[in-house]
Amino acid sequence: MDLEYSGEDLAFRDQVRSFLKEHLPRELQQKVLSRKRLKREESIRWQKILNRQGWVAPGWPREYGGTGWTPLQRHIWAEECALAGAPNVLGFGVSLLAPVLLGFATEEQKRYYLPRILDAEDWWCQGYSEPGAGSDLASLKTRAVREGDYYIVNGQKTWTTLGQHANMIFCLVRTGTVGPKQTGISFLLIDMSTPGITVRPIITLDEEHEVNEVFFDDVKVPVANLVGEENKGWTYAKYLLGHERTGIAAIGHSKRELKTLKRLALKKKRNGKPLLHDTAFASKVATVEIELMALEINALSLVADGANKKIGPEASMLKVKGTEISQAISELLLEAVGPGGLPFDREYLDGRAERSLGQDDEAAALAAHYFNLRKITIFGGSNEIQRNVISKMILGL
Amino acid sequence: MALVLNQEQEMLRDSAMVFLRENAPVAQLRKLRDSRNERGFSRELWKSFADMGFTGMLIPEAYGGLGLGQVEAGAVMEAIGRNLTAVPFFSTAVLCASLVARNGSEAQKQQYLPAIAAGDIVMALAVDEHAKHRPEQHGVQAVRVGEGYRLSGAKTFVVDGHVADTLIVVARTGGATRDRDGITLFLVDRHAPGVHAERTVMVDSHNAARIRFSDVTVGGDAVIGTVGAGWQALDQTLDIGRAALAAEMLGIADETFERTLGYLKERKQFGKIIGEFQALQHRAAHLYTEIEITRSLVLRSQQALDAGEAHSAALASAAKARSGATAALAVQEGVQMHGGIGMTDEFEIGFFMKRHRVAQELLGDTHFHADRWARLNEY
Repeated sequence: MDLEYSGEDLAFRDQVRSFLKEHLPRELQQKVLSRKRLKREESIRWQKILNRQGWVAPGWPREYGGTGWTPLQRHIWAEECALAGAPNVLGFGVSLLAPVLLGFATEEQKRYYLPRILDAEDWWCQGYSEPGAGSDLASLKTRAVREGDYYIVNGQKTWTTLGQHANMIFCLVRTGTVGPKQTGISFLLIDMSTPGITVRPIITLDEEHEVNEVFFDDVKVPVANLVGEENKGWTYAKYLLGHERTGIAAIGHSKRELKTLKRLALKKKRNGKPLLHDTAFASKVATVEIELMALEINALSLVADGANKKIGPEASMLKVKGTEISQAISELLLEAVGPGGLPFDREYLDGRAERSLGQDDEAAALAAHYFNLRKITIFGGSNEIQRNVISKMILGL
Repeated sequence: MALVLNQEQEMLRDSAMVFLRENAPVAQLRKLRDSRNERGFSRELWKSFADMGFTGMLIPEAYGGLGLGQVEAGAVMEAIGRNLTAVPFFSTAVLCASLVARNGSEAQKQQYLPAIAAGDIVMALAVDEHAKHRPEQHGVQAVRVGEGYRLSGAKTFVVDGHVADTLIVVARTGGATRDRDGITLFLVDRHAPGVHAERTVMVDSHNAARIRFSDVTVGGDAVIGTVGAGWQALDQTLDIGRAALAAEMLGIADETFERTLGYLKERKQFGKIIGEFQALQHRAAHLYTEIEITRSLVLRSQQALDAGEAHSAALASAAKARSGATAALAVQEGVQMHGGIGMTDEFEIGFFMKRHRVAQELLGDTHFHADRWARLNEY
């Protein structure tokens, strides 16, 4: 399912490939490809390598560290990184917070925070959801009360991804209580080491510690940490969500997983022949492969359609389709390896054992992967919320 | 690599949409059906297709055509899908025009292409012989007799077969029933002795025929391309047809969705418009997403064919597979969301459902093409 790249694009791809070949540390690559969890310092190590090359944030404006690549080149870059098994950059800073800073922060804030994001000096996490504010995010209750040069923050955030690694959190807080619930929200940047902040792990159904609860008890935040105007945070948050949704489509990752699926399904036998040659199984693989290709073309046509146009509610479409496809592939992967994927081998997954219990290393992480990926149709605005967005913003219902 | 239409292509698509909406709406198809019109299409409309330049789209300028490609022909097919226009565009101007233009001898091109472009003749490609599309399997035999050939056997599901002036018949001059070698393409006059064409009235009120060949003799100059080596030309032509059908089904999906969305905004129950109910909103959002993604794939497959990419066969299959599935969802949801009124013959949405069923089967259904995709990608 290759797109027809021009000679220039192919040369760019070669440049990217040789960079990855030369600079992507093998041990990180192996961990990513075998779906093992990366340690904090490993993620940071890769991002610092990228930063020396100037390739952490291709989408940013050049003056703040972007690369000036075309949308297609950015697509090639993301895809090559995914195919090579490069770790993700720290997305909460690079892809989610940075666009808000670039759009709404003061020049001083940009000059301070953006380089720290690029070099992974700050590990950002996101303080959006609360126990009572999930899909209905605007009903959030965490309060920020102005006292002199500080806001005093009280409340609780939840589903904070990798909050255990973070030193900074960007939060939506309530600064106003009159009028519609969307109007009294502000966007605050908070240092996680400020007294009064407690982080507690939430263990998810794959028995992993990926998300957390974050409690705020009289936390003093300098007023200088407000982004944009007070009570305008909802506008910024929605802007951010558009970026988040486009990224979650994870097309490059799905292409890599699909390759893995085809490779595994050639190795596994059903009725004496490779599973991939089984008509029923091949048909499922073909259907998802065609769907993924169609999604990729669609995503590219959206960025190609007016180079500077921001993707609007169409991002919801990419999020829904992209996550459904990722989940479908993860299910087919597990189906392909059958019972071989079912031993739960924590020692191996954490990198403490060289070989997996079932002696089938490729199969060992697939169940955890399948369970873990159930989250993607829930986070970043559940797919039901995305359908609400499509029906309201695009279809006018 | 542009994944969107350029300005000329957009203008062409818009003018095709407007022209067909005004001159060949669904009501015309209903009239053809209800009057049991034997020809199944209007000669005047076909002439105006020629005046608009549609009939010559895939014909080189040297033979009186416009020398355009699949993207442009696809724009007309989309408009046909939106209006369910009954016209021999697909059989004549897409399939047969492409086949002759790409593989015919100079004399064959001179004879047929200007006539197609002028809207003077109708042609039909006779491929299928079985219940399902099996383009390698041909029981029609062509036996060498002197300088010419004698054809015997039968074809089915020949689009516009009973109204065609000339048929292109896929026959076997060698090899076993399922071999790709030994396939030869013949131009056959539909009025020649021994050709028996019988119309099969179809659920979609479009044309199709069964054609029997009883010792039909043709000259050696009736062969398109090389004797025994017709597979490649056939396969390429079928892919052009598949991409065109994918575009037609995209048009069907677009039109049913647009009508359904309109209905959701107008029909009231429980004191509000039914489009306010989330159960229907989410289904509409799902359908929208499927259609948009299919649209991208259909355009990509047309561009790949035009550029002669190595991957174009697989892309044509991908487009046909997905478009068939998307349009199925669109027509089923369309009828369901219209409720009782959607079930009536008086209401037009059922016509779209019936046309989809036929277009889905033509040149291979979703399953056939998912399977072909897998084989072309060496699963």
